[in-house]
Amino acid sequence: MNATSSTYDEKQYSTLNLGPTHPATHGIFQNILTMDGEMIVDSVSTVGYIHRAFEKLAEHRPYNQITPITDRLNYCSSPINNMGWHMTVEKLIGAEIPKRAQYMRVIIMELSRIADHIVCDTVIAVDTGAMTGFLHLFQYREWIYEIFEEICGARLTTNIGRIGGMERDFSPKAWEKLDHFLKNFPTGLREFQKLVDRNRIFMDRTINVGGITVDMALDYGFTGPNLRAAGVDYDVRVANPYSSYEDFEFDIPVGTNGDTYDRYMVRMEEMWQSLRIIEQAVKNIPDGAYHADLPEFYLPEKQDVYNKMEALIYHFKIVMGETAVPKGEVYHSVEGGNGELGFYLVSDGGRQPFRLHFRRPCFIYYQAYPDMIRGGMLSDAILTMSSMNVIAGELDA
Amino acid sequence: MSELLEIVKNKLQDKFGDAVLASEMHYDFPVFILKKELVKEALKFLKEDAELNFHFLTTMCGLHHPENPAESEFGLMYQLHNMPKNWRIRIKTFMSRENLDMLTVTDVWKTAGWMERQEFDFFGFNFVGHPNLKRILNMDEMNYFPMRKEYPLEDMQRDDKNDKMFGR
Repeated sequence: MNATSSTYDEKQYSTLNLGPTHPATHGIFQNILTMDGEMIVDSVSTVGYIHRAFEKLAEHRPYNQITPITDRLNYCSSPINNMGWHMTVEKLIGAEIPKRAQYMRVIIMELSRIADHIVCDTVIAVDTGAMTGFLHLFQYREWIYEIFEEICGARLTTNIGRIGGMERDFSPKAWEKLDHFLKNFPTGLREFQKLVDRNRIFMDRTINVGGITVDMALDYGFTGPNLRAAGVDYDVRVANPYSSYEDFEFDIPVGTNGDTYDRYMVRMEEMWQSLRIIEQAVKNIPDGAYHADLPEFYLPEKQDVYNKMEALIYHFKIVMGETAVPKGEVYHSVEGGNGELGFYLVSDGGRQPFRLHFRRPCFIYYQAYPDMIRGGMLSDAILTMSSMNVIAGELDA
Repeated sequence: MSELLEIVKNKLQDKFGDAVLASEMHYDFPVFILKKELVKEALKFLKEDAELNFHFLTTMCGLHHPENPAESEFGLMYQLHNMPKNWRIRIKTFMSRENLDMLTVTDVWKTAGWMERQEFDFFGFNFVGHPNLKRILNMDEMNYFPMRKEYPLEDMQRDDKNDKMFGR
């Protein structure tokens, strides 16, 4: 693959540099395309423009200070990354999380899945020229961020939850905002679907564009909505349930062609299923503690820190990152916004991880991009990229 | 999950004999440590065996254990998944700093392409037969392998962050 040479066989090809900063690629992606007129003959992807050495960084930080790093992986659904990391550490130390905290986590994770899919699906529409729906549905994403803000004080890079549970219970205001969202979002989503789903232009632009077969998708390590669009019903929430996902009833939508339209539709349906899960969680959430009894990892009440010696000691140890953890290696994965987000953690018993490896779904499936756009038009390549939901932060870690 | 450990262990021992150096459960994962020379063959066998059918390479990563004896200082970890049966296993292998050659598995799984490039980039493993083994996340001009333990977190060229006064 040599994209810079201009003569393959007899023809003259031209080289087009798409990116790294191009308004149509929604992030820092560079693709050097070899073009035959409007047709893509070959392409080479360059990644790493926003590499921040997270794996090295994580080896130098205590466990609770790694959560903010995970925010910056897939920043469209940071809470899922945060929860995934907390659950990895909880698995390592063998902590039991109370049901209430697990349900609260499920609500937050499903909300962020909706936010993630809103971004992806509306952006697919924008790339086909439908700006209206994008502006319309972003209102609801804003509402989700307001709920996050009410729960943890942050919006995009949330740092939500703690090792051992949640940092605080949902406030009445948070419940109110959640209710408001659950009441109004179905109307908005239905409106958007009416606008786009069966729209002739949209269908012409997306059906049979950027398709991938099941075998290829598995070979390339696809997971998440992109794999399900190709027809494999693999979902980590069902295959290896975590955080009480086994308590909820929901369907896994699958596609048939693995093309852009299927990826769009799978995400659409997943939003409805996420709503279903949230409704069940809100209805059945049990009373009880919102964090586990883990004095060595979970910060004590501030009042206790001033009055009780143990609390003061634990507070100091946690803040200074001096808590010892068991030795061992553990892998935990969650269903992230765009696939199986895995954490492989090796601990030598010290204050920081000995090795932390992130299985980042974007990084793994983005290498199929040249194969998916080969033989297609340039404008379809843009659409294929946005429908794969490649997030630069997760790609480059 | 420990039944899975037995099943895979028996299959591997039948096929590769004493190349299986160790097998144990780490939390919910059966982990097998194999001799480096046979790893690729074993991975291929695990994928192609009809019963085991580990058709999916979930992830792989490099490991650096400076505290290990010299012949097992560096390691590689592969995680395989059989989706229909929901079986997951981890294969590990260790090697010395002098010999970081490893047969590529890009012809078994296409997804290994970038995974191997990443581990080459950060640890310097030489994946023999890889179609395009060059740095992927770091800049091409970098002349060291940053994830090795001997390299500090901060850029070694920097001298404006001298912490002598304040410890830590």
